[in-house]
Amino acid sequence: MKTNDMNQTVVHAIFIILVVLCLFPFVLLIMSSFTEESAIVSNGYSFWPSEFSLDAYSYLWIQKAAMFNSYGITILITIIGTFVGLLISALLAYPLSRRDLPMRSLLSFLVFFTLLFNGGLVPTYLIYTEVFHMKNTLMALIIPGLLTNGFFILLIRTFFANSIPVQIIESAYIDGATEFKIFYRMVLPLSLPILATIGLMLTINYWNDWFNGLIYITEPKLFSIQNLLNRMLVNIQFLQQNNLGGQQIAANPPMNSVRMAMAVIGILPLILIYPFFQKYFVKGLTIGAVKG
Amino acid sequence: MVQTGWTPFFKKLKRYRALFLMMVPGIAYLIINNYLPMFGVVIAFKDINYAKGILGSDWVGFKNFEYLFKTADAFIITRNTILYNVSFIILNTGMAITIAILLNEIRSKLMARFYQSVILLPFLISMVIVGYLVLSMLSAESGYLNLNLLPMFGMEPISWYFEPKYWPYILTIVQVWKSTGYLCVIFLAAIIGVDHEYYEAATIDGASKWQQIRTITVPLIAPTITIMTLLAIGRIFYSDFGLFYQVPLNSGPLQPVTDVIDTYVYRGLMTLGDIGMSSAAGLYQSLVGFILVLLSNYIVSRRNKENALF
Repeated sequence: MKTNDMNQTVVHAIFIILVVLCLFPFVLLIMSSFTEESAIVSNGYSFWPSEFSLDAYSYLWIQKAAMFNSYGITILITIIGTFVGLLISALLAYPLSRRDLPMRSLLSFLVFFTLLFNGGLVPTYLIYTEVFHMKNTLMALIIPGLLTNGFFILLIRTFFANSIPVQIIESAYIDGATEFKIFYRMVLPLSLPILATIGLMLTINYWNDWFNGLIYITEPKLFSIQNLLNRMLVNIQFLQQNNLGGQQIAANPPMNSVRMAMAVIGILPLILIYPFFQKYFVKGLTIGAVKG
Repeated sequence: MVQTGWTPFFKKLKRYRALFLMMVPGIAYLIINNYLPMFGVVIAFKDINYAKGILGSDWVGFKNFEYLFKTADAFIITRNTILYNVSFIILNTGMAITIAILLNEIRSKLMARFYQSVILLPFLISMVIVGYLVLSMLSAESGYLNLNLLPMFGMEPISWYFEPKYWPYILTIVQVWKSTGYLCVIFLAAIIGVDHEYYEAATIDGASKWQQIRTITVPLIAPTITIMTLLAIGRIFYSDFGLFYQVPLNSGPLQPVTDVIDTYVYRGLMTLGDIGMSSAAGLYQSLVGFILVLLSNYIVSRRNKENALF
């Protein structure tokens, strides 16, 4: 067996190169955010700050009202979106997983078809803005991402159908349990792995979403953290010009390092919780993959 | 007595009314978010006038499509979309399979988990952040490449955001960097699912590691590879909007090499206000995408029914 193993040193060497390539930009970003502005102007962004400085972060602290507002929006849409999205996905997927449901294949096809064909951006945009008047509302940040085109529903349905024995459901029904009670008391608790996976996917989607904000939101008060970052990327003076915090701002803010500090603040929550959910995330991807 | 007609059907509906009730929010959502916009494709055949409303606007037949395909844009965005996607599919799949196979060979479970976590990290961040990361590398005045790396080799600084010729490579590197980790985990899951007895038997027969990979691992994960590739081919007319919009910072001079159908539709709708042409491009994208899914699925199902999507 030993002779047939791959050379471990070589394999580790390859992975160390990959790890460096993956982490390199993150380290550059973090280091730049701690660098004195004048050093960035003369030496560029670098891995080791020639002049260490917390100016960028103290500037952002002056802007904390705008920061906290955007964080609030992001946290709010992430929590509501994940919870509601998960709930209506599970409620839709469960009946579809029941083989005895009338019109089951027709209803499944309705879900599946959304994966194959869509109206495109223009009709979707016009329906949300002209028919439902969602421009500049929190709804515009929550509604478009809820079911992510039916793909999650199919994953949950497959999980329900494969891992919850029909006999349990039948005997509970004969014992007089209502369908809602069966769903709530038996199906959901037995399906925690898939629910955790889809929940994580939804959380990441909502946390990272900037597209809905870009097309539906023009009011800075409703900017999520990603939209604030987006404006800062294109327009480095965005915070200064809009004076979102309402406080007096320094005349010459350290804009290059502030930009990088903003990005660090945008990634930080995800990086902090990543080690905790990494295990579920990989397990969830695995479930999705095996079921195709 | 055998019941006929509608009575048993209604009885069934009554028996299953709770289940139907459960589906109401989800179905309502799909109607609003997916099916109403499908009917909205009529916009592509109309001269939209907000005063008259969507339904009241005048029909113009295929005029919007004529305008679209008369421009040079139609060719450029189609070419870019397809060429980028083809190279993404080939590179991503190749890289992900290789990394997954190597990851499976690592004996230290702790290190394997560490590598996996780090490789998956870029998948988790938003494209806006990726835009920042690329900017810190390429910015003309303060980017790492221009100020630190190129001088080391005695090269002149480059105005990256104004030089189209580099961007096919930059975008490809960024895309592979961001999404290989995800695909790799999926392939790794398939590899772990392979029965160990195959390898034991092969080892006894004296098969080398390379032979085992070629004759056991790759053929046994082929269904997963096929499905992932099929999904990607079905979406070959779509692109990651964030990649092509955020990463080049929407820079005008780069458009000949960074413009894809998605960015074109977005620009037509949001900045140029050319709704007719923009929705024509959108419908062209949806229709060709739809045909490509059906076609690729048909080809796979003819070869092997098991591997097909439907």
